[in-house]
Formats: sequence, structure tokens, C-alpha cells
Amino acid sequence: MFAKLFKNSVGRKLIMAATGLGMIGFVVMHLLGNFSIFLGPEGINVYAARLQSLGPLLWVARLGILAMAAFHITFGIWLTLENRRAKPEAYAVRKRQASTFGSETMIYSGLLLLTFVVFHLLHFTLRVIFPETSNLIDSAGRADVFTMVTESFRKFPVVVIYLAAMAVLFFHVGHGFKSLVQTIGLNNDKTLPLFGKASPLLALVLVLGYISIPMLILFGLVKG
Amino acid sequence: MILDGKVPSGPLEQKWENHVHDSRLINPANKRKFRIIVVGTGLAGASAAASLGELGFNVDVFCYQDSSRRAHSIAAQGGINAAKNYRNDGDSVFRLFHDTIKGGDFRAREANVYRLAQLSGNIIDQCVAQGVPFARDYAGYLDTRSFGGALVQRTFYARGQTGQQLLLGAYQALSRQIRDGKVQVHTRTEMVDLVLVQGEAKGIIVRDMVSGGLSAHAGDCVVLATGGYSNVYYLSTNAKGCNVTAAFRAYKKGALFANPCYTQIHPTCIPASGHYQSKLTLMSESLRNDGRIWAPGGKGDKRPPSEIPDAERDYYLERKYPTYGNLAPRDIASRAAKEACDEGRGVGATGRGVYLDFAESIQRLGKAAIEERYGNLFEMYERITGEDGYSTPMRIYPAPHYTMGGLWVDYNLQSNLPGLFVIGEANFSDHGANRLGASALMQGLADGYFVLPNTIGTYLAGTSPGAVQKDRDEFQAGMAEAGDRVARLLSINGRKTVDDFHRELGHIMWEDVGMARSEESLKRALAEIPKLRSEFWESVKVPGEAADFNQELEKALRLADFLEFGELLALDALHRDESCGGHFRVEHQTEEGEALRHDDKFSFVAAWEYKGNGKAPEMHREPLTFENVKLAVRSYK
Amino acid sequence: MNLTLFVWRQKNAKEKGRMERYEAHDVDPDMSFLEMLDVVNQDLIHNGKEPIAFDHDCREGICGTCSLTVNGIPHGEQKRTTVCQLHMRHFKDGDSIYIEPFRARAFPVVKDLVVDRQALDTVIQSGGYVSVSTGEAQDGNTLLIPRHDAEYSMDAAECIGCGACVAACPNGSAMLFVGAKVASLAQLPQGKVEAAQRVCVMTETMLDQGFGNCSNHYECEAACPKGISVKFIAKLNREYLKSLKE
Repeated sequence: MFAKLFKNSVGRKLIMAATGLGMIGFVVMHLLGNFSIFLGPEGINVYAARLQSLGPLLWVARLGILAMAAFHITFGIWLTLENRRAKPEAYAVRKRQASTFGSETMIYSGLLLLTFVVFHLLHFTLRVIFPETSNLIDSAGRADVFTMVTESFRKFPVVVIYLAAMAVLFFHVGHGFKSLVQTIGLNNDKTLPLFGKASPLLALVLVLGYISIPMLILFGLVKG
Repeated sequence: MILDGKVPSGPLEQKWENHVHDSRLINPANKRKFRIIVVGTGLAGASAAASLGELGFNVDVFCYQDSSRRAHSIAAQGGINAAKNYRNDGDSVFRLFHDTIKGGDFRAREANVYRLAQLSGNIIDQCVAQGVPFARDYAGYLDTRSFGGALVQRTFYARGQTGQQLLLGAYQALSRQIRDGKVQVHTRTEMVDLVLVQGEAKGIIVRDMVSGGLSAHAGDCVVLATGGYSNVYYLSTNAKGCNVTAAFRAYKKGALFANPCYTQIHPTCIPASGHYQSKLTLMSESLRNDGRIWAPGGKGDKRPPSEIPDAERDYYLERKYPTYGNLAPRDIASRAAKEACDEGRGVGATGRGVYLDFAESIQRLGKAAIEERYGNLFEMYERITGEDGYSTPMRIYPAPHYTMGGLWVDYNLQSNLPGLFVIGEANFSDHGANRLGASALMQGLADGYFVLPNTIGTYLAGTSPGAVQKDRDEFQAGMAEAGDRVARLLSINGRKTVDDFHRELGHIMWEDVGMARSEESLKRALAEIPKLRSEFWESVKVPGEAADFNQELEKALRLADFLEFGELLALDALHRDESCGGHFRVEHQTEEGEALRHDDKFSFVAAWEYKGNGKAPEMHREPLTFENVKLAVRSYK
Repeated sequence: MNLTLFVWRQKNAKEKGRMERYEAHDVDPDMSFLEMLDVVNQDLIHNGKEPIAFDHDCREGICGTCSLTVNGIPHGEQKRTTVCQLHMRHFKDGDSIYIEPFRARAFPVVKDLVVDRQALDTVIQSGGYVSVSTGEAQDGNTLLIPRHDAEYSMDAAECIGCGACVAACPNGSAMLFVGAKVASLAQLPQGKVEAAQRVCVMTETMLDQGFGNCSNHYECEAACPKGISVKFIAKLNREYLKSLKE
């Protein structure tokens, strides 16, 4: 069946949609987990420790996300190249009627997000960007994620990077969500306009949720 | 020569069945040895090519359009008749037959028309099976509506796009045969001549419209499904590319051209707006089911329609024809509109228009109901005129639309040239002097799906497949002649464009050989057309090259044939010294201005034989005998 | 009114094309867009120049032959209107109008504004039909079709095959064209039998013919002169998902 999906235009889109949906799911879960920072060190440090204690299960989840990302990126690049080949000559004048900035820049927003994820992993997972504040232990002997995060987001340039990345996420998910709904065939006359509006709204909620963390930290509203 | 229509003997109801039974069959294993050439991919051509492919024949099908899905059948809006009697309103095969014969003013061959009515039901079934989305009622049954010239509701429809949906059904059936390799399709390829070998049609010469190259195609027989010739009037509801060339080339090779004067003027078209007008747009006459036609009662009334009180409006069709009213047949409705305008009661800037008013229906049924029935037509009207047909009456005027005349064929749809079959609008067979609404689709599909596949075998069984190849001299001669014609047109390099000449021809035809013809007007046309033709050959300007995509050259080649054909049309109209159906001679009308037939003198088909350049064509007759209907004065009062 | 036209001229498929400038004088607002081009062409011929080649036939918006991109939009800006039905009253005196062919790899230019759209026929040939031969049909009323299904099918079947969806799509995808055919047939009992095979083969042929993939920009729907909804693409996607079960 996989081979069948690969060679079919709709099949490839379905792979994009399924992996995209999976990653949106991850982004939602990740955000909910992140909100634990508002509970102070007792929130996020406990959450982090719990995650770590999952052991092999955590690695299964990580590998799953990695696989989804790998498929999403590979197919995204492949389909984009194929689509460009299908439109070799540009119009002298072109007027956009329905497509959006987000829909036409998916490949760029996707690649920017990839870059950001690499940075984010180096920053908070491998902890090599600010090693001095990233490898502390809290009073209960847990990894002090709270200090790592709050110390980072008191640095203005770091916040800018995260804000920019979330802007990119907004455009990517803003088109991506409604696109995947269409691809998995959920649309009809009623749902088309509904998801058309819900998709950027979802992206906005996600992005606002995410940026609330660095912003509140930057303005000193998150205290340990 | 008295022509023999080869109508089978026996009672009317059994002729077709007996004939199919008596027809010769070809062994399935031998069918693939035959190659059949089909020209045209409208309803008739596509359905024939698909059905012949399904039978196992090899088919080469040609069309000038860039896709076989674009033939002008696609523009038919209203519907397709079938004697299903689903409504229990008294319909029957005999009634459809009778309506069609009567509608055609008793100038069609009884047996053909009866067969058409018999096959009408099968067409609906076939199209349903193909997935044509006919309108359905809430219980899921096929819906029907009434249509001009009939008192029963027998017209099946798919919104206002019935022709499109039926054509796509045939196109899809054809596509399946193309996929299976039984049919080869040649798009952007126009037939420029017919090739006869020992008097039998065995191939065609075509021009590749992209490269400009001429090539020959040989087959075991040739089927022309090339439509009508309304574009002889320049402005008509036909597509710009519709032309008479294939049929006229066959005529010049000896095929008889029957009843060219039977042309139909459609009553509900959008009026022309200026000299640049390139074509006229028809709105389905199903609009007449709910619209009321009127003109101001007084001359030169320039008030907007809303300010003309009901008492000062002349609902002339309802007044003159109380039984049928606004549903009077097309020719009657068209002529009545022209009369109103000729009296100075026309509306719109040009004074060539009458009103089609939906106010009363909207009041009675609600705007939503009207919108559901005719929404796309109102949209079309607004796009073209910039006016809203719901709030102000539409303006309409008649326009050339369909041609009942065509190449003469016998009961087998074979012309007098063996191996040349002619189907659909291109032949003359079923509509007599006037076609009823929703009958063109019926005839095209009956010919293509059911008649031709059952009659072509008798001819083919008597031939040996593949006997003629395209290396023969006849093909080389045909190519050379076509090449000369192209070269001659390009070498003139005169002052006037092809369109200039076509407009002039159209003007002559519309004014003198149009809705109302007289001996005087026809003689005038017969004097003017040859003059225009010689001027064309002296001073037309065709730019570009032969071996190129050259649209002006395409038009010039078609117009060259129209310029000869127009004369034949006028000649036939002059000869037919009576009025019947779409052919109205002002000398022959009743006191009320109705068409007056002369059955004693003209109850025959006039089939014209080409006798050579500059020579008068010779007329042959096929007498029309009516054993099953009583000849009556057609009355729609 | 007077207009300035910038028109794509290209001698044939092999040579390179370019935009050329023309002046259109005394344009009547009641003219159709193609009639305006007719008049320009008549002038060109009278001046010994080669007229602009463009495709057209029925000029009443149903045959799907006309294929001009006007100011960056296939068939021009007016919604649900083919360019042959676009009238000059929608332009203003002094306007500049850019006229280009429908562009996509699957639609190579034949000459000037004329393109080759045979790829669309090839997609239909691969499976866009019900495999019924003449004579096999039963009575039309033995198959009851709910009115809603017939209407839904008809909505999709209105496609005129002009290819504006492909021309408008940034990816040169024919998904709306394919979706309309797949949806129209799959909604009817006659078309359900072959639905699974049809959706697979048609979408695969679409790629083989050089069309791109759909990424849901919905430019197709906006440009479609018949207003075919992208909901039919969703229906195609559903049909494809169903086909995976078989």
C-alpha cells in the first residue's frame, strides 16, 4: 500500500497530510507541556523529569516524530520540485485570487521551521548554546529546566529568534491545517469556509500560546 | 432521376426491426479488418465512432476543434425528446412521430421519423447508463418538461446544459475506445476533400491545422457527421468554426444535397449590439415555458418596458395562437417577432428585438423557482447585455440556428455515393422543413448510437476490407487539388479580409434568403452571390503561410465553400415555390400570414446534383408519401 | 474607449515568445473581449501584419475552447465567465491589458495565445467514463437517483474542460478538472462500480501528463468559469482513501 501511495499524487498528499497532522498534534502537546513553566520550577521540572522517566517510550515517541518530520520534509521538497517543473514559465502579470502568502511559501516556511527546530534542539535538548545555564540541577535533584528556559528568554536576541520562528509557524500551520483537512477529504460546502477560517485561527492560538512564554519571561512576569 | 429512399416494406411499426433483421452482419473476427473514417465529433460523430469501436471496427475520427469534446452539440441547452410516457400524459412513439412529422410541415420521410421516435427511449437509457446527470424529481425518477411544438411533457434535460452533458457522455464513451486503441482521434484536423475510388467513398484529404500539412486517409467507408451550415448567414448561433466544407466537398464529388433551403431561425436569441458582432447567442426556448413574449402595441414606443401598461402591450403569440401561445413552433415565433419589428414595434437600441417577460411567472412561482429552472440563462443574458432579466424583460430576436437540409441519405443513412454515410445535422433526413425543439439531440444520438451501427454493415459486408490504400492516384490528386486551393487563396493578397466577405455574404443571405423569401429577393441573391464570389477570388487578403497554424486561411477555405453553397441554398429556395416550415415564401401565405404549402406540387425532397463549375446543378426528386399521417394544414392556433 | 494591449506572441512551439504592445482604438463597451481582438486582428491584416492567433469557437461560454489569461487571471477577473463572455464594459478607457496564453508544462504553446490541451483528453481517456457499451442499458427509471445526488453530480459535470484551473494553479495541477469528473461519476450509482479504479488511474495519468500536484491554493476554483467547487477535490480525496481499502 505504501508503494501505491508513493506513486499517486493524492497518495503523496496524504502522506504530507498525515505527517503534518501528526506534527500539529505534537506541537499542541508540546505547548500544553510548556505551559507547566507558569507553575514555576515545580511545574516544568517535574514535567521534564516525568518525560525522562519514560525511558524507551520517550525514544519511541522521538523516533516517531523524527520519522514524520523526515517524510514531511522529503515529500515536501519532492512535491515542490515536481510542482515547479509543472509550471516552467511564469506569467508576465499574475494576480492572486485565492492563494495566500502562507500557501505559496510553504516550502520556505517549512525549511525555516526545520532550521529553527535544529536550533531549538541545540538550545534546549542538547543544551550546547548556553551551556552555563542549561545543565543545572534544582533543589530536588532534577534537571533545572526552569532556570534554563527563563535565563534564555531574558536575552532579547533569543526571544526575537523564537518570535520570528513562531511567525513562520503561523503561516505554515495557517495553510497547512486547512490543507490537510481538504486532503483527507473532510470538506463539503459547509466545512470549506469553516476550516478556511479555523485554520489560521488554530495557528494563531498555537503561536500566541508559544510566544506567551518568552514574552512573559522577558517582561519578568514568570517567577520561580 | 427519381430517388429511392430504400424504405423497408411492411407496417410502419415493424420496418426498423425487420430491416435490422434483414441487414447483413460481419463476423466479429473480420470487423477489426475494417477501417471506418468518421468526420466530426458532435453527438452524432462521437456516438457513432464510439459505438463502431465497441463493435470491433477500427475507427479514425477527425475534428477541427482542439478536443473532441468541444463540438457545437455542446451548446444545446434545452433538452432531448423521448417517447417514454413517464408522465402518463398520452405520449407514445406514434405521437412523437406524428408531432415531428407535423412540426416538419410534412416534408420528412415517414419511416425515418418513426424510427427516430422508436429509438428515442433507448437514447435516454443509454445516456443514463453512461452517467449523464439528467434532472430527477424528489423520488429519484427522471424529470421531464414541456417544449415548443408539443402538448406532452417528454423533454428530458440536465439543467440548461443538456447538449453538453449528452456530448460528454458520448465523448467519454469515445475516450474509452481511444484508450482501448479501437479509435484513433485526430484533433485540429479539418477535412478538405472527399476521395472517391471507382465511385465509392474511400477516404478523405485533411489539413493539419497546426502544421498546415495536407495528408490523405483511406478507409473502407466514410461517415460525415459535420453538422449544419447556419454560418452561411455569418451571424448565427453556431460556433465560429462550424462550416459546410465537408458536406459541400462531398456534394462536389457527386453526393446529392437535399433541401438546402430548409433553415431554422431560432426565436429566442440575444439581439446583435453592433457591427463588430461576431456571433449570436441563443437562449434555450424552454424560456418560453414561463416567459411571455410581447412588443409594444404602438409604433416607435421608446418607453422603458416597466412604463408600458399591460393594455398597451401586444402579447402577439398568445393573441394569434391561443392554444399554443408562447409555445408556438420556432418558425412561427420567429416570423412573428420579425413582423413586429418590421412594423416598427421593435425594442432596444437597434429596434430589432421583442420582450420576453418573466414578471408574471416570478409573481406566480417565485423568483427562486424561475432561478432554479433558468438561472444559468439569466446569468448568460446579464453577462452579454449587462441587464438583469429578472427585474426587466429580456430582449430577444430570431437568429439562424439549425439547418434541416443536408446531404441526401437513404433509410440506411447512406448517400447516393456508396460508402458515404451522413449522420446528424449534416444529413437532411428527419426534420422535414422545420425541426421541433429538443429533437436535434435526439436525432444525432439515434443516428450515431443505434441507426448507423446497424446499417453500415450491409455496405461493408459487400466490400473487402483494406482494399483501398492511400497511395492510389485518387488520393494524390485530392492532395494536389487541395494544395492548389490553399496556394491560390494565399496568392491573391487583395484588400478585403475573409471576415469582410463573410459579413457581406451573411447580409445577402439574411436579407434575401432569410426568414421571409420572395422570388424577387431570391433572384437578387442569385445575382449578388456570384459577384461576391468572384470578388472574393480576386481581392481577398489571406495573410500568413500554408505550412503554419493559420486561422485566416482556415476561415478562407471555409468561406470559399460557403460562397458557392449560398447560391445553391438560394436556388433551392427559389425552386420551392411554396412555404413550408422554415422556408417561408411571401407569395405563399394564408390570409393570416401563415405558411401555405402546396402538397400537390412540392411533396418531395429536392436533392441537387453538382454538374460542374459554372453549370446549373440538376435537381432530383424523392417523392414523399404519407401513409400513416394525414397531411393537414399545420395549425397551432 | 482606447486600450493598450500587451499580447504574447510566439511563432510556434519551438521558438521563444515575447510580449508585444498593440493599441486598440474605439472599443465599444458592448463588445466581447474576443470581438475586441477580432477588430485588432482586422487592423493587423489590413496593415499587412500577421493577426494574433487565439483559440475560440462557440463564443457562448460552453465549448471551453477560449483560453486567454487576462491581466494575470485565466479568463479575466470577472467571476464565472469565460473570456468569450467577458465584455469590454468591464474595462475603462486608457486601461492596459496583459493577454497571455494559459501557462503550464502540460499545455505547450502552439502559437501566440493558442495552447495544446490534449493532456486533459488523455486524463479522461485513462478512466473518466462509465464502461458501458451501446445497447447494454436498462430503462432509465429502473435506476433511482436521489435528486440531491443528481444535482451534486451535475454541479461537478458542468466542467467545460477549458483548463483554466491548470492555468491558474501555481503548481500547474489539474486536480479540479480530475476531481470534477471523479466526483460527478462517483456520486451516481452507475459510476460507483468503477470508482476506485477510476480515481487511481486518473490521478496517476495526471502526473504522467506533466501536471503538478494539488497543494490546496484554491486558485483553480477562483478562476473556474463554471464556479466548480474545490469540494470536488475533497470528494476525489475521499474516493482515493476508499480505494485504498480495496
